[in-house]
Amino acid sequence: MTNIQRRAFIFFSFFIAIMFIGFFQSWNVALGIFNLCIISAIMALGVNIQLGYAGIFNAGVMGFAALGGLAAVIISYPPVPETIELGGSGVFLSLVILLVGAATVTFIYKSPLSSSIKKLTIPLTILMLLILFNLVGSPAIERIEAFEPAASGFLGGFGLPIILSWFVGGILAGIVAFLIGKLTLGLRSDYLAIATLGIAEVIIYFLKNEDWLTRGVKNVNGLPRPVPYEVDLQGNAWFIELCERYNFPLVETSSIVVKISYCLLFSGILITIFILSEIALKSPWGRMMRAIRDNEISARAMGKNVKARHLEIFIIGSAIVGLAGAMLTTLEGQFTPTTYQPLRFTFTVWVMVIIGGTGNNYGSLIGGFLVWFLWVEAEPLGLYLVELLTSPLSDTNPLRIQLITNAAHMRYIMMGLLLLLVLRFAPKGIFPEGR
Amino acid sequence: MDFFNAIALITNFILLPGLTYGSQLALGALGVTLIYAVLRFSNFAHGEIMSFGAMVCILFTWLGQSYGISFGFLPTALLFVPVAMIFTILYCIFIEKFVFSYYRKKKSNPIIFLIASIGVMFFTAGLIRFIIGPSDQSFNDGVRFIFTVREFKALTGLNEGFGLKTSQAITILTTIILCSLLFFFLNSTRTGKSMRAFSDNEDLALLSGIDPNKVVLLTWIIAGGLATFAGVLYGLDKIYKPFIFLQMLLPIFSAAIVGGVGNPLGAFIGGYIIALSELFVTFAYKKVLGYLLPENLEPTTMMQFLSTDYKFAVSFIILVIVLIIKPTGIFSGKTI
Amino acid sequence: MFLHAKNMVGGYGETTILNNCSINVKQGEIAVIVGPNGAGKSTAMKAIFGMLDLRQGNVFFDGEDITYLSPQDRVKKGMGFVPQTNNVFTSMTVLENLEIGGFTNLDKIKSNIKEIFNLFPILEEKQKQIVGELSGGQRQQVAVGRALMTNPKLLMLDEPTAGVSPIVVKELFEKIINIAKAGIAILMVEQNAKQALEISDNGFVLVQGENKFTDKGITLLENREVRKAFLGG
Repeated sequence: MTNIQRRAFIFFSFFIAIMFIGFFQSWNVALGIFNLCIISAIMALGVNIQLGYAGIFNAGVMGFAALGGLAAVIISYPPVPETIELGGSGVFLSLVILLVGAATVTFIYKSPLSSSIKKLTIPLTILMLLILFNLVGSPAIERIEAFEPAASGFLGGFGLPIILSWFVGGILAGIVAFLIGKLTLGLRSDYLAIATLGIAEVIIYFLKNEDWLTRGVKNVNGLPRPVPYEVDLQGNAWFIELCERYNFPLVETSSIVVKISYCLLFSGILITIFILSEIALKSPWGRMMRAIRDNEISARAMGKNVKARHLEIFIIGSAIVGLAGAMLTTLEGQFTPTTYQPLRFTFTVWVMVIIGGTGNNYGSLIGGFLVWFLWVEAEPLGLYLVELLTSPLSDTNPLRIQLITNAAHMRYIMMGLLLLLVLRFAPKGIFPEGR
Repeated sequence: MDFFNAIALITNFILLPGLTYGSQLALGALGVTLIYAVLRFSNFAHGEIMSFGAMVCILFTWLGQSYGISFGFLPTALLFVPVAMIFTILYCIFIEKFVFSYYRKKKSNPIIFLIASIGVMFFTAGLIRFIIGPSDQSFNDGVRFIFTVREFKALTGLNEGFGLKTSQAITILTTIILCSLLFFFLNSTRTGKSMRAFSDNEDLALLSGIDPNKVVLLTWIIAGGLATFAGVLYGLDKIYKPFIFLQMLLPIFSAAIVGGVGNPLGAFIGGYIIALSELFVTFAYKKVLGYLLPENLEPTTMMQFLSTDYKFAVSFIILVIVLIIKPTGIFSGKTI
Repeated sequence: MFLHAKNMVGGYGETTILNNCSINVKQGEIAVIVGPNGAGKSTAMKAIFGMLDLRQGNVFFDGEDITYLSPQDRVKKGMGFVPQTNNVFTSMTVLENLEIGGFTNLDKIKSNIKEIFNLFPILEEKQKQIVGELSGGQRQQVAVGRALMTNPKLLMLDEPTAGVSPIVVKELFEKIINIAKAGIAILMVEQNAKQALEISDNGFVLVQGENKFTDKGITLLENREVRKAFLGG
């Protein structure tokens, strides 16, 4: 079948699957899955841009998503005036020291001084930087964290609308991507993967441990929302009347309405990004990017600044992932650094991209939806399968009990198999590129 | 006197744990570097293979323990390492046959191999958790300490002391033995030289009559065997957590790259560099400096370079520095 | 005919490089393939060695049809090949390089190595050195030595003097003559056409994948057309 038919078929089957869940499990669950699918699709889009156009294997997806979440906290959480007074200036000063120090080091590095002078002064500067930073920052941080650690213990944020954080998350991710890209983009593909994986780990560590900024593992709960709260809806007279008229259960409907509101918001963002990506793909810029990807050496010979283009792509892709990360944190209403695990984030998104087909925006969409859907449904499905397979055994058989308890882990097995099978038999993904 | 106290502290908190952890990393990094050198790809599934080896060993240990088998003052698990190795190697051969050999024949891009290894990683992770469950498993029996800190203090009369855990001694000794055997194999035997030749120049190796299938098989046998040891020793020394091996992937790759990826000696040394650096940089030197410096200069704060939470970050920071300054690593492995 | 490559047609992908090319070498003889750039000299050699699939034609060696044998199997039959580049194990020592070559003939390794050291005394001197550290000419000697360790009956060399200084070229050719004297047939592709033809028994001049001239080395040297085209008059 042609590509268009294929796409239609898969989109259609996907909606059937969601409907299925809605009818047989619950609409709440179905919508919940759908919302996460949208977010996954956006992440896959971002990663796909990097892989498809520049051949960059970014294994640091997790880090950028977390940065997006951080932005959500910093932008939307109301400021904590006490901690700002206690340590705000100290933190600000250390940041200034950091920036000045980094600028100095870069200046020395790029200056025409002799190599031996550089080898001496750069480590010295870094050492002084670390000492100063610690001297100024540590007491400030201690004071901040000491303030009501159970309820607060951090600086808070700017108290702005949380939707703003989505874009700030993208920008933050983009800036960090610029720095990372400058350092690592010259490496060979698998080294780049290792380097980005490591950087993401460091970012997560930072977020887990710098309580003064993120409350670390204590998490930041109660982030403000862009959509109404269920309880508010339940108390709203107009809403109550609506539910009575159509005989909808109040509590459940309020929950569904909230989810639908998120759904609309998220879909709006997804569609916008998708359209922008498609326009970019078909534009002269997009053609140039593909030319570079298909034959880098010729492109270089023609005078194209390949390095700069790759950096561009890396920034854009990472910014999109940051955006999605902020959206995710908004949906969850809380910032939990410990959930950012490589298996759940980075590698799952990679499976989405590979399955969808690299360099192909539609593919990422489908990959995102499909893989997230399977990831969630694999648990109940796996359980069902194991129960079926072990039904001949008695209920108290230890093997049966063991297998059923662990059935949830079928999802990893399934992910692995899915990736391997698609990589082998449909290496260009379910939606190969090419129209 | 104070000087010895300081040394005792450093030995107990940096040197011994560092050498132990370094040995575990070295064994893991050796597997990774061999696979890179001969099979020419970065195997992201290696952590899970280590976990697999440990898992099989644990299962057999439980079986053995239920039959009353024990190994005296040494952990029973050691008896079952050979069995675990066989299973792990078979698993590696299975993966090679059904996943990697296809791409080897097609001479695919290394990134394809990497993605495939991610698929294997997922699959193996799921398999392990399915079989043994996701929770921590402790399986160390036998005598815990060869001598404790208290015994040491009693013997020497010092204020501070260091203890030697059985698992530490076993790990370090085993690693030295295994690595010596490996280096002897690679440098002095015909098969070992064939492997090195194959890694150096595949086409020329084929022309010289070296059988590629044998080399590939041998690589997986050695890597699988080393991974099993690494997984078991880590699990004995600390605890077996199915999740931890994914985290270890980063320090292991760092060790391999820092030492010069593709170079076995590099992987060996790299393991210790990473492990000792992690500890050196995050250790609180307050007490040590207290012993070494005169009274009025004693520090009041913890005196850490970086907080302990950044332990894993250290290996990565070292990796980034190496990648920027000298990407081929200390011993100049294959170039990037 | 010891080596008889007959009417070879082949190339890379869609292009055809060899157009009905034939190469013959007698036992103990030195044969040389010369010609302008792009004539297909290296391609012909690769085809004879089995690194290139032929669309038409056959290769006979010591009475056998080896057209469909893999390069490794041809090594076992007695063909030795020294590629133009990447022809040594740069990370291993001189001695190890020779040993690798000798793995096909384990019982004769020690005696073979001794003979190679006789032929290339400098290799004995530098036997523990890493080949990557040697000069171009010395590396070539290691490359030839490694191939000789397989006890070939026919030694094929692809541009052995490429990138080597003129004095070393002379030295290399002298050694090649010595090898031939020991009874090993030699087939060379060479850019240094004049010097190569001087030492060869038979010469094949290829142009655009076809045999343009085939004759004794000396005769070709005196052929006015050949001299004008490739030997600088």
